[in-house]
Amino acid sequence: MRNVFTICGKEVRAYFTSPIAYLLMGLFGLITGFMFYSATVYFVNAGTQQQMTGQNSPMDIGQYVIAPLLGNAGVIGLFLVPLISMRLFAEEKRSGTIELLLTSPLNDWEIILGKWMGAMVMYLAIISMTAINIGLLFAWSTPDWRPIVTGYLGLILQGATVLAIGTFISTTTSNQIIAGGSTFAICLLLWVLSWVSNYADSALGKAVAYCSILVHFEPFSKGIVDSKDVIFYVSAIFLGLFLTARSLESLRWRA
Amino acid sequence: MIKVEGLTKRYARHVAVNNISFEVGKGEIVGFLGKNGAGKTTTMRVLTCFLPPSAGKASVAGFDVVDQSLDVRKNIGYLPETPPLYPEMEIGDYLTFVAKLKGIASNDVPKRVDEVIGRTALGDVRNKIIGKLSKGYRQRVGIAQAIIHNPPVLILDEPTSGLDPEQQREARQLIASLSGDHTIILSTHILSEVEQSCSKVIIINAGEIVAVDSVANLHLRRKGGEMVAIQVAGAPESEVRQKLELVRGVARVMPKDAPEGFVAFEIESLEQNAIRPDLARAIVESGWDLSELRTVGESLEEIFLDLTKSEATKAKATQEVAQ
Ligand SMILES: Nc1ncnc2c1ncn2[C@@H]1O[C@H](COP(=O)(O)OP(=O)(O)OP(=O)(O)O)[C@@H](O)[C@H]1O
Ligand SMILES: [Mg+2]
Repeated sequence: MRNVFTICGKEVRAYFTSPIAYLLMGLFGLITGFMFYSATVYFVNAGTQQQMTGQNSPMDIGQYVIAPLLGNAGVIGLFLVPLISMRLFAEEKRSGTIELLLTSPLNDWEIILGKWMGAMVMYLAIISMTAINIGLLFAWSTPDWRPIVTGYLGLILQGATVLAIGTFISTTTSNQIIAGGSTFAICLLLWVLSWVSNYADSALGKAVAYCSILVHFEPFSKGIVDSKDVIFYVSAIFLGLFLTARSLESLRWRA
Repeated sequence: MIKVEGLTKRYARHVAVNNISFEVGKGEIVGFLGKNGAGKTTTMRVLTCFLPPSAGKASVAGFDVVDQSLDVRKNIGYLPETPPLYPEMEIGDYLTFVAKLKGIASNDVPKRVDEVIGRTALGDVRNKIIGKLSKGYRQRVGIAQAIIHNPPVLILDEPTSGLDPEQQREARQLIASLSGDHTIILSTHILSEVEQSCSKVIIINAGEIVAVDSVANLHLRRKGGEMVAIQVAGAPESEVRQKLELVRGVARVMPKDAPEGFVAFEIESLEQNAIRPDLARAIVESGWDLSELRTVGESLEEIFLDLTKSEATKAKATQEVAQ
C-alpha cells in the first residue's frame, strides 16, 4: 500500500506543479458558475412571476437549481477527464520513465492504483469548484442536502469510471494527444448514447442506454441512489483497471 | 550473481539477441561491448525484468527474471540508456521518490538521498528542476537513482555517455569505488573505458556473443604476427633495412619518421614468430646503437573491430586477398 501512495503522491504533485491543473479548475469553476447563475436567475424570476400571477405551487430549489448544476457538472466533468488521464502512462512511455517504474520492486497493480488515485485527486479538486455555488445556496436558503450528497457521490463514481477507462487508453500509446483524443471520443460516445435512453424501447436500445455512463448518473443528481447504478459504476471501474493491468503486462511482452 | 543461458529475444520477427550465454561472478565488473544495434540494451532489459526473454533463462542474484521478477528487481539498480527522469521534479524530490519506490524504509530515505547526492557530486544543484539540467548532470542523476538503494547488482547502460572527459573519469572512479560489494555490468562503445574499469569483457555482435574474456587475455587473441617498432642511432637507413629484412620471421619492414641522427622502422612478423630477440641481436652485431625496441601494442579497438566485423565485410576482405 505504501507503494500506491508513493506513486499517487508523485502523480498529484505532477498535476499541481503544472499550470494545467489550475487552468482546468478555473475553467470548470467558471462554466459551472455561469450555469449556476443562469439557473438561479431563472429560478428567482419564475418564482416572482408565480407570486405575481397568484399561483401558489411551491418551486423546488433542488429540482430547478441543484439538479441542473450537478447534471451539467457531470457532463462537463466527463469532457475534462481525458485531459487528466491522457498523460498517466503515455508520458512515462514517451520519456522512458516507464523503465524506472517497471524495473522497481513493485507490482503492476500498485502502479495502476497509484496513478488512478492520483488522477482521482485531480478530478476531485476540479469538481470541488462547484462547492462554491452550493455554498452560496446554503448561505441564502436551506436546500435539501440529500440530493447534493448523492449528486457528488454520482459525480465521483462517474469520474472514477471514466478515469479508469482513460488510464487504460493511456497505456496503449506513447502519444498523449492520441490517448486524450481517443478517451475524448469515448466520452463523446457515452454522452451520445445517453440520448438513446430517451426513446429506447427495444431490447437493443435498452442495452445501449445501459452502457451510457450519464444515464446512470441522472438518478444521483435527483437524490436517488439505486444499487444497480452503483453496481454499474463499480464494475466498470474494475473493468477499466483490469484492462489497464492486462495492457501493462502485454507492454512487457510486446515491446 | 548473473547467469544467462541460451537467452533469445525476438522483436516481432527480428531477432535482437540470439541464444547467448554468459556468467558474471560476485564483485566482477563486466564491460558489455558492441556496436549500435548489437543487442546490449535488449539483454540488459531482460536482466532487469523490463522485457521477458523469448527463449532461454536468465537469473540475477539467484532469482529467475521471469518467475521471481520481484526479487530480481529488489536486487538490481538499473540505469537505462535514457536516464528515467521526470523533468518537472527537483533532484532531491526525485531521488526521494525513487528511494521510496525501491523500498527503502521511510526513516532512512533522507539519509540515503543525502549520501547518494554526495557520492555523485550533485549537492550544488540539489534543488534544481531536472528539466533545466545539462545532459551530464542528468546522467549523474541517473547514476544516483541506480545506486540509491545500494543494490548488490548494478546494470548500467552506457553510464558515461554525454559526460565530458573529466566527468567520465569521475564516473569511472565512482563505478570503480562501487566494485567489491557490487556486481556491475556496464555497456559502452568506448574501449578505453572497458580497459580502465572492467575486469572482464563480453563482446556482442548482431545479437551473438563473439568473445567473453579478461581484458588482458583479449590482447593476446589477435591473429597474425606482432608489430615491433625499432629505432637505431648512427646508421644509414638502407643498410639497417637490409639487415632487418634478413632476420628470420620478418614479414615486412616499413620506414618511419625518426629524429635527426636516428633511423626508425616498424616491423611486422610472420604469424606466431617472436622476432624481438633476433632483431636486437642483428642490430647489435652490426655495431649500431639500438635506442629503442618495443612491441606496438595493438589497441583493444582493433581487436574489437576485428571480432565484430560482419560476415559480409569478412567475405569481402578474403575476396580482395584472393585477387
Ligand atoms: N522495441 C523494439 N522493437 C523492435 N526492435 C527493437 C526494439 N528495440 C530494439 N530493437 C532492435 O533490436 C536490435 C538490438 O537493439 P539494442 O537496443 O539492444 O542495441 P544496442 O546494442 O543497445 O545498441 P546501441 O549501442 O545503439 O544502444 C536492433 O536491431 C534494434 O533495431
Ligand atoms: Mg543500447
